[in-house]
Amino acid sequence: MKTVNTTDTSKRKFLGGAAAVAGIAIAPGVLLQTVNAKPDNEAVSNKVRWGMLIDTNKCGDGCTDCVTACNTENGLTGFERPETDSQWIRKLTLKDKQTGHVQTLPVMCQHCETAPCVDVCPTGASFKREDGIVLVDKHICIGCRYCMMACPYKARSFVHEDLQDQKDHAPRGKGTVESCTMCVHKVDNGENPACVTACNKEHKAMYFGDLNDANSEISKRLKQYGGKQIRADLGLNPGVRYQGV
Amino acid sequence: MKLIRFASIDGNSNGYWGLMALLAAFILAALGSSYYMEHHGHHVTGMTNQIVWGLPHVFAVFLIVAASGALNIASIASVFNKKAYKPLARLSAVLALALLAGGLMILVLDLGRPDRLIIAATIYNFKSIFAWNMILYSGFMGIVGVYIWTMMDETVGRFNRLAGISAFIWRIMLTTGTGSIFGFLVARQGYDAAIMAPMFIIMSFAFGLAIFNLVLFAAYNGTRRELGDAIVKRLRNLLGVFVAAIMYFVVVFHLTNLYATEHHGVEAFILRDGGIFTQLFWIGQVVIGGLIPLALLYAPQLQGCRKSMALASVLIVLGGLAQMYVIIIGGQAYPLQLFPGMEVSSSFFDGVVNSYTPTLAELMLGLGGVAVSLIVVTLALKALHLLPISLADAVADPHHKD
Ligand code: SF4
Ligand code: SF4
Repeated sequence: MKTVNTTDTSKRKFLGGAAAVAGIAIAPGVLLQTVNAKPDNEAVSNKVRWGMLIDTNKCGDGCTDCVTACNTENGLTGFERPETDSQWIRKLTLKDKQTGHVQTLPVMCQHCETAPCVDVCPTGASFKREDGIVLVDKHICIGCRYCMMACPYKARSFVHEDLQDQKDHAPRGKGTVESCTMCVHKVDNGENPACVTACNKEHKAMYFGDLNDANSEISKRLKQYGGKQIRADLGLNPGVRYQGV
Repeated sequence: MKLIRFASIDGNSNGYWGLMALLAAFILAALGSSYYMEHHGHHVTGMTNQIVWGLPHVFAVFLIVAASGALNIASIASVFNKKAYKPLARLSAVLALALLAGGLMILVLDLGRPDRLIIAATIYNFKSIFAWNMILYSGFMGIVGVYIWTMMDETVGRFNRLAGISAFIWRIMLTTGTGSIFGFLVARQGYDAAIMAPMFIIMSFAFGLAIFNLVLFAAYNGTRRELGDAIVKRLRNLLGVFVAAIMYFVVVFHLTNLYATEHHGVEAFILRDGGIFTQLFWIGQVVIGGLIPLALLYAPQLQGCRKSMALASVLIVLGGLAQMYVIIIGGQAYPLQLFPGMEVSSSFFDGVVNSYTPTLAELMLGLGGVAVSLIVVTLALKALHLLPISLADAVADPHHKD
């Protein structure tokens, strides 16, 4: 069988390229947050827990900038087959049946702390890094799709056909399962995930940062305004939190 | 009861070779289908990112569940010491292995990367019930293999009871493991029930025995050996009890679900609004797989009639496949509830009932698994001394009076 993986880097290591970057200026003059990137030679550590916060009040109705950015960044070109094309992030429209209130919000892999996908995976291809990012090792995934059955958030896609034009930093393969990597290649470089960067150009609804660092912007915001987990009743402690739902 | 003599079948008739050729054709078609699916990717099947397990899983889980049930006859004979079933124990154990082999073949050929089977066989995540199942399946093969050996070789016959008890315990674990595959999917409304595992055990009893009956009838008819009424009557009663037990579990399952408010949605879906799933539930599972077989098995006028018993067995198999379809596909078709109480929509089919249309390739893969099971039995009948030369009442009935 033809594989189209273009890199043999084990994603378990995913050592970043550049040195630590202390702060990232997203728009000129706006210092959004401090990201603790780890140096090249340092292993991923559980001192940090990467997370996201999404303020649905700011999320633009009809805006799909995060989705587009994700597709571009990770080379998710589809085949015009919505039922089988991969979607790592999608925009959800919610309507309160009682009040008729409508809002939209992006949903992607929630990077659960006790991730059902990791628990059920027979080979250990689904795994959680020390810093909380949940990934699929494309080299040992056998394509059983049990993780897709187990994920409560519909976060995963199965690669249903041959792929072309893949990105080196986001290897994919027919017959394996994939989902949002929180742009681990960028995070390890001290950058924000592509969706967050894109969102911050206009609506500024997404925040990325270290949930373990009480001084990070995301932690401060969560402390001040609170943040909800989708399906908190399942007790999975996801790394992605929402405000305004 | 007289001494039972076993013999292999000749397996030279046109019928035998015709059957072999037919089964081989189905297996080839399944291999072709699998190659086609792997070569093009799963987008050529009816499966999607919403319905990730399709018709192949329906067949595979059915066969695996039936496999452990097929062992029942042997268990009753050696664990519960019922002499009347002893002559059938060999066939029962071989059928169990055959059904498991067929089910596993389907599972493997439906993987996204069947070429990586070696990874699945060597790297285990011990938190995964799937990984445990792989151990349970291989263990089952080994234990039942030894069990068959203790039945066929006098020199190790004294271990027969021990092997029988081990196999019995193992098969209960195996079916529990298979049922738990679904029990672990906490977020899916359709599977969130503790009763799932015991229900799978009772399903295995009925499905396995139904297939056993059909194989037994076919073998005795095909070889013109004598099959007495006494043993047939026992099997008939046993089958009736198992089918009634499934019906009971299904009622309890849905009643307890209806009791919990959060399950009302999925219950209404399966029982009332689910289109094809509702039809398969009421017509397939309840009427064809339950009520009609019960009537056929228990109607006083039909008591001596083997055709009615064979028909009931066929219907139980069909009803069982319908039940698997409702559980596996229906459980996925019903949308995941990300925001209970809200209307949800997206480009990724959130909040909608997912549709699934199986393709020919998936059907052929499923039927190929059935063919593998049957060909194993057919070959074993010829190679081993599996079946008694006669099961006439005078030979097989412990209570027979000359
Ligand atoms: S959201 Fe789904 S894919 Fe992501 S970690 Fe949780 S269970 Fe796994
Ligand atoms: S599809 Fe791959 S990642 Fe998912 S459970 Fe199976 S082996 Fe693990």
